[in-house]
Amino acid sequence: MRKFALTAIAAAFALTAFTGGAAKAAGEGPVPEAQEWSWHGLFGTYDRAQLQRGFQVYKNICAGCHSLRFIAFRNLEGIGFNEDQIKAIAAEYDIEDGPNDDGDMFTRPGIASDYFPSPFPNSKAAAASNGGAIPPDLSLMAKARMHGPDYIVALMTGYEEEAPEGFDLADGKYYNHYFPGHQISMAPPLYDEAVEYTDGTPMTLEQHAHDVAAFLNWTAQPELEARKSLGWKVMLFLIVLTVMLYAVKRKIWRDVEH
Amino acid sequence: MSAPVWNNKVVKWVDDRLPVFSMLHHSAYEYPTPKNLSYMWNFGSLAGFVLVTMILSGIFLAMNYTPHADMAFWSVERIMRDVNYGWLIRYIHMNGASMFFICVYIHIFRGLYYGSYKAPREMLWWIGILILLAMMATAFMGYVLPWGQMSFWGATVITNLFTAFPVVGESIVQLLWGGFSVANPTLNRFFSLHYLMPFVILGLVVLHVWALHTVRSNNPTGVEIKTPQDAIAFHPYYTIKDLFGMGVFLIFFLFFVFFAPDFFGEPDNYIPANPLVTPPHIVPEWYFLPFYAILRSIDFSVFGVPAKLLGVLAMFASIIILFVIPWLDTSKVRSSKYRPVYKWFFLILFIDCFILGYCGKKAPDDYFMGIEGLKVITVGQLATLYYFAHFLVVMPLVGKLERPKPLPASISQSVLKEGANA
Amino acid sequence: MSQSVQSSGEHQPDENRRDFLTLATTAVGVVGAGCALLPFVDSMNPSKDVLALASVEVNISNIPVGQAIKVMWRGKPVFIRHRTEREITEAEEVSLNELVDPQTDASRVEKKEWLIVVGVCTHLGCIPMGTATGEPRGDYDGWYCPCHGSHYDSSGRIRKGPAPANLVVPEYTFVSDTTVKIG
Repeated sequence: MRKFALTAIAAAFALTAFTGGAAKAAGEGPVPEAQEWSWHGLFGTYDRAQLQRGFQVYKNICAGCHSLRFIAFRNLEGIGFNEDQIKAIAAEYDIEDGPNDDGDMFTRPGIASDYFPSPFPNSKAAAASNGGAIPPDLSLMAKARMHGPDYIVALMTGYEEEAPEGFDLADGKYYNHYFPGHQISMAPPLYDEAVEYTDGTPMTLEQHAHDVAAFLNWTAQPELEARKSLGWKVMLFLIVLTVMLYAVKRKIWRDVEH
Repeated sequence: MSAPVWNNKVVKWVDDRLPVFSMLHHSAYEYPTPKNLSYMWNFGSLAGFVLVTMILSGIFLAMNYTPHADMAFWSVERIMRDVNYGWLIRYIHMNGASMFFICVYIHIFRGLYYGSYKAPREMLWWIGILILLAMMATAFMGYVLPWGQMSFWGATVITNLFTAFPVVGESIVQLLWGGFSVANPTLNRFFSLHYLMPFVILGLVVLHVWALHTVRSNNPTGVEIKTPQDAIAFHPYYTIKDLFGMGVFLIFFLFFVFFAPDFFGEPDNYIPANPLVTPPHIVPEWYFLPFYAILRSIDFSVFGVPAKLLGVLAMFASIIILFVIPWLDTSKVRSSKYRPVYKWFFLILFIDCFILGYCGKKAPDDYFMGIEGLKVITVGQLATLYYFAHFLVVMPLVGKLERPKPLPASISQSVLKEGANA
Repeated sequence: MSQSVQSSGEHQPDENRRDFLTLATTAVGVVGAGCALLPFVDSMNPSKDVLALASVEVNISNIPVGQAIKVMWRGKPVFIRHRTEREITEAEEVSLNELVDPQTDASRVEKKEWLIVVGVCTHLGCIPMGTATGEPRGDYDGWYCPCHGSHYDSSGRIRKGPAPANLVVPEYTFVSDTTVKIG
């Protein structure tokens, strides 16, 4: 009996492991290279300096076309900005508000509780300015794509100057090794020294890509640090409780022939 | 069985008017439970525990969720970002759905292996299948609520199954949608029903436990309790065993919640629903994959019945068939432990379900596990064939032809014998 | 039912043997269950976006003397009254002994001519009348709550009726002579 059960369990695990792995690998486009991230592992946390650099990349480059509509300025506390810095960042943006007493909409400088404004008033306008392709919102990008931040890095660095021989690249499209179908409407957004870092970090394309991917992972999972830190405490507690329950179980059952 | 005598006056006063304490006492101390239950018997109470967890977390999520097509996605993100511990409650609910199905599937396979569906437990088994059906409906509607791409397209594809029925199909689907496509009215009613269904499940669980207490637990030998030595009181023996199992299970469950919360999910559901674009790969949640594979494996028509309708019928039949297995199984022996031939067929069925799951996940024209020339659809068809053959052919035939091993005289005897061997 | 269970037999655990291990496990389990409920309860508290709600800035330049306006702040009305000389004098001259909830008028205003209070009756949460012209202002030239008959004076203090306390003064600052920022 025991042997039979073990066979069944082994078969189940082997199948899940194998089919699971195979299924994951079968997505469109090549599998992006796995990167080292500071938040990996049971105790991983975000690197605040990296998130701030990533924010700088988003603000100076991506924000031209991509919205970040689930993020409010007040959320930037999570990447290490203090209240005054947040106020200053918010004030750089024009926010539409209203109607005022005359019934008109007006713009005012942003405040902490405002959300990042979209670069386009609506999706039609976004499509019209981008050759029909709507630049997606970036707030959840790291969760909405297979391989999340690894994919973002791969996409940012996966442009080729020219499409491979025989590849029929449509007008106004760019060849990207990692984009499903390889034809992407977004021009290569990042390049060496695209953004000026002040903390001495090398301003390479590679570095920019990593930083913005880290930032977008934070916008997608701002709860990650709270989740992991609560997580291992809960795990520890449960392990202790379960061991105790097992001891009680042994004690209660010790006189029973079973 | 005499009613217990209560010494505490308050307890007695209440019990004389509403015998709750007698009932608890009856089910905890007087309810005879076989003493040889293995850990496979933990999954019923675990499923009950997950049901309660789902209802609790669901109630708190509903306090912050907005069932409107324009706001549903946003309100879920608000739960994740702004509501205190909203991320925890949502991740518990999200992973809890998977955990519920894990428990229930193990529970079902346990029942299949040990013949728990056989007389006199047919009603118990039927109510269990009804619970599974209710769970599937609940899970499906719940998955629609975040209003992501997978929510929207899952809802579209699954509701469109009903268009397969001739004549009435179109009207049924419009009735389900409340319009001409999946849209705000659909979301709104799914929310209403998703809130209702768990309480229907709860009611069915009460009936399930009632039936269980009438016919008693089966056990690994499949031999009924014959003497008092075969049984022990549920409390404290099985309460502590269930609690220990719960501890182990919680470690497993919460590991996903805290460290891999999106493991069971699909990335596309973090993209807001867009009625103009279908995601390149739409797959149902893992717990529906085997059924999805059965649906897709019928790509041919028979006697003029179109493939689409056949597929839908096959999918429903794959569950409905479970209702009649108490009569399809002709063996006199309950437990597969004493059925040297059938138990290998059981193993094949078990693996078959995983293969079906794999086929449900992959595109039909992919190659099965990368094997050149072997298409997923073909393997899915063979696996579907075996699934039905197992119940319709193997069960009746093997039951008749196989020579079972000798059964132990009683539960106690089996326990002693195994103890001697160890 | 012919079978009875062994609960009274040799396997019944002795109640006295509820030893340290069982007690400790129970305690740990109960504490764990309690802690597990906290996040659920806490989820009902105001969420971060609610707490971050902006303060409001109100232009008060077009409120004539003797009139008042209502503005929304954190989901509640705030009364802003441009008080007349007579109302100010009345409010200042009341002796504190006469008051249910003794507070000087000076402690309730930043600028004498402007009274700013949260427009929620401290009894059971109705909105008192007396802000719009023509509404009853009660016996003390302030506000009158129609639900249970509380009278507030021209400083928003409770004078008569069931309400236990004065109308609440919100946190506010004058950004300029014509603009006040509440919150």
